[in-house]
Amino acid sequence: MRTDLDPRGAEATALDPMAVASYAVRRLKGETDDTFTLELQPVDGAARFSFAPGQFNMLYVFGVGEIPISISSDPLKPKTLWHTTREVGTVTRAMRQLKPGAVLGVRGPFGTHWPVDECEAKDVVIVAGGIGLAPLRPALYRILAQRDRYGRVVLLYGARTPADILYRSELERWRARFDLEVYATVDRAMSGWRGNVGVVTGLIGRAPFDALNTVALVCGPEVMMRFTVQELQRRGVRAQAIHLSMERNMKCAVGFCGHCQFGPWFVCKDGPVFRLDRLREWLGKWEV
Amino acid sequence: MKTIADLVAESAFFRELAPPYQQILAGCGRNVVFKTGAFVFREGDESREFYLLRAGKVAIEVDVPGRGAMIIQTLGEGDVLSWSWMVPPYKKRFDARAVELTRAIAFDGACIGKKCEADAKLGYEFFRRFTVVIAERLAATRLQLLDLYADRP
Repeated sequence: MRTDLDPRGAEATALDPMAVASYAVRRLKGETDDTFTLELQPVDGAARFSFAPGQFNMLYVFGVGEIPISISSDPLKPKTLWHTTREVGTVTRAMRQLKPGAVLGVRGPFGTHWPVDECEAKDVVIVAGGIGLAPLRPALYRILAQRDRYGRVVLLYGARTPADILYRSELERWRARFDLEVYATVDRAMSGWRGNVGVVTGLIGRAPFDALNTVALVCGPEVMMRFTVQELQRRGVRAQAIHLSMERNMKCAVGFCGHCQFGPWFVCKDGPVFRLDRLREWLGKWEV
Repeated sequence: MKTIADLVAESAFFRELAPPYQQILAGCGRNVVFKTGAFVFREGDESREFYLLRAGKVAIEVDVPGRGAMIIQTLGEGDVLSWSWMVPPYKKRFDARAVELTRAIAFDGACIGKKCEADAKLGYEFFRRFTVVIAERLAATRLQLLDLYADRP
């Protein structure tokens, strides 16, 4: 169902996928030691950037290269774009050096999105691992903007260590809400940490949701997602109600180059968000 | 006030056990409370008991020289803590510390062992439940070992 709060429907994808728009860096915020968020504004100042939660953009650092990064901002605030990424390669290293006012190229938005409208009247379980929280954040913004349309909303988040927890202050704000259940865990911690230690899949068994009336949105490392699926299904969540955001080597973003092929799918065009029953036979197959 | 038998019957771990067996096992349990920061047990202690956590949170820790105590896992309400009482050399292998005020039922391992030896069906039902716990912990530990969120280009 399309709503007045949803500026674009399911068809939200760039009209001219190869057109690069100029965006200026408004702010670069360090999130953890190796992750940061770029806040971008269109150079022409007036343009709105409409996208659906879960979609991604191709960000082009001129003279260095272009990479796909999921959009992590609020889809209801289309004048600024946030992209959270990890500093792992040449382009992201160059990106982290950008100063406010620097210009980069943006193509997008691309790909499928989280089925936020499908979640209405249902419990929603969001399972995120590591930087996988970034593409899920827009979905959570959307849900919280229309909170009364949903049942229980549960966020389960796993990070490597307490220092690697993404959007920490925002997680704390979310946890303080009465209408959102937030459970976080880390894989390891030093004594003195008062939170949970253990894998994120361990949170699923005791999370408060009605498995038969739940939609699950999952993003994180692929192995984590596979085990998350097992736990969700053990709780009784149907495959048709589980959605995963896949990651592959996306280059063109429109299904031309084939770099991101995953079984019969191109992750850039047919994904990145897939319903589990479309993916199930390919998950865990090392050949793909 | 609830009896140990009531608490055993309500626990997810023992809930589906036949009531007569719940009563037998309850006879081996006692209520315990650990204040925040208190050790439930220390590495190297004789392992005579296991715990069914009723409320609170316990961190399983190991001291790493030069780095301090590292938390391997936290356990909370409904979880079972410790299985070293079942296997030689019957010593606690890690420290366990209450991260917050923790209430638990402590079960006497020798008492349970005798009951299980006397009734093989009870022994099967009891250790079947423990096997599930051990398998789940092993699977979780394997995932942790993968260090899935580590920085990889």
